[in-house]
Amino acid sequence: MPGVDVITPKPITELRSWVETLSGQKVARCYQCGKCTAGCPVAYVMDPTPRQVMRALQLGLEDELLRSSTMWICFYCMTCAARCPREIDITKVMEALRLVSAQRKATPAQKDFKLFHNLFISNLNRFGRIYELGLGLTYNLLGKHPLSKAELIPGMLARGKLSFIPHRVKNTDRIRDIFNRIKAFEKQGKP
Amino acid sequence: MKQSAYPYYPGCTLKASAKEYDISARLVCAQMGIKLEELDDWVCCGAASAHGIDRLLSIALPARELVTAQKFKAPLVTACALCFSRFKFAAYELRNEAMRNLIKYIIGEGEIQQNSDGVIHLIQLLDNNKDDIRVKKLLNGLRVACYYGCLLVRPKEVTNFDDEEEPQIMDKLIKLVEAETVDWKFKTECCGGSHMLTRPDIVIKLSHRLLYQAKQAGADCLAVACPVCHYNLDSNQKKIEANYKDNIGLPVFYFTQLVGLAMELSPKQLLLNKHFVNPMPLLQRKGLI
Repeated sequence: MPGVDVITPKPITELRSWVETLSGQKVARCYQCGKCTAGCPVAYVMDPTPRQVMRALQLGLEDELLRSSTMWICFYCMTCAARCPREIDITKVMEALRLVSAQRKATPAQKDFKLFHNLFISNLNRFGRIYELGLGLTYNLLGKHPLSKAELIPGMLARGKLSFIPHRVKNTDRIRDIFNRIKAFEKQGKP
Repeated sequence: MKQSAYPYYPGCTLKASAKEYDISARLVCAQMGIKLEELDDWVCCGAASAHGIDRLLSIALPARELVTAQKFKAPLVTACALCFSRFKFAAYELRNEAMRNLIKYIIGEGEIQQNSDGVIHLIQLLDNNKDDIRVKKLLNGLRVACYYGCLLVRPKEVTNFDDEEEPQIMDKLIKLVEAETVDWKFKTECCGGSHMLTRPDIVIKLSHRLLYQAKQAGADCLAVACPVCHYNLDSNQKKIEANYKDNIGLPVFYFTQLVGLAMELSPKQLLLNKHFVNPMPLLQRKGLI
């Protein structure tokens, strides 16, 4: 047909198998009713939307999916999963896509999200607890948006809601051990 | 009065930006004869970041605290809804024996017991012991929109908290102190969650929707049970009003602060001065202080 793009579905792709294994959900169950997108509070800034993510997985449109920031915009409110008439936990699908995406180089749309979450984890690794002021400042500096949310800092400090020094746990070695054992396990595949 | 002790996991925000939640929770529980025993040297639960970057980490961090809490013969109490969700998810995953063994190796200490009911939220603790809430001052005339957010209620098979779309547990507590609760449709809609730094525009839009709907429903104030919701709705409110040219002016309380007021704890003890939207004019207008 002229003027119509015909998409030939790919056989079950590597990404789809990964997503199905990590999420425990069957992508083929989705019949595209769109209830997930209808209830999603952030679908308005997503491209693709949750329903389109399910369709893209069914058709094997991987590049479109992995370039997008959809899985990073999703904040796991789990409304889609609660309402899906096919009982697909779409939040788990989003989480699986984020786990795959976390292993790859960030695309421009994903850069800020990945920076924030990676900084959060390294903060945790270093102090054992989250140092809110430090996390905010490093995120702003490294993400090159130095004044984002800065207007709230004086009010937070005046109310004693931000601390200048990190709360550090006493035994930081134990946390590093956890990180190291996970790294070793994921390298070898077994303890 | 009976005395009971529960292991308590405050979480990172309750030590900094949500201090008033921690302090008011301890005071209210003390009035009820409940001692919250903070876990020794606890570590962050991984919050909104760990589970999307490294799933094992997101299970191992709460599991370590679950092992510490096992020596108490009572469930672990969490106050932050995000921590509650991460602990519940970890407990859910730990029902699987292979996962239990792997996590035991990763955290390198103690046996992990299989008990997914071993974690409760502070609202549940108060609800379970509501006969011990001695109301000294009724909060008559205060119209409260109870806001539950996402993570307490969803998914039900993991959190086992209350109805997913129309929860009532916080409403019941607020009615117990004779304040009125309003009917509104946005009890479990999202406030924008952890996007406060990455996409503040989303937080402003979603939080405005909540505040607007609460006001439309006739509320004087909101009650929350999550430090992230509180941050988004309270400290951002001025910016939301400016962005949407909308006059909102709704104080946002932690539910523990309202219960505390009814126990005749003072606004100063309950750290009501920590909020960005000053609740004192409202409380004065209603003759509650």
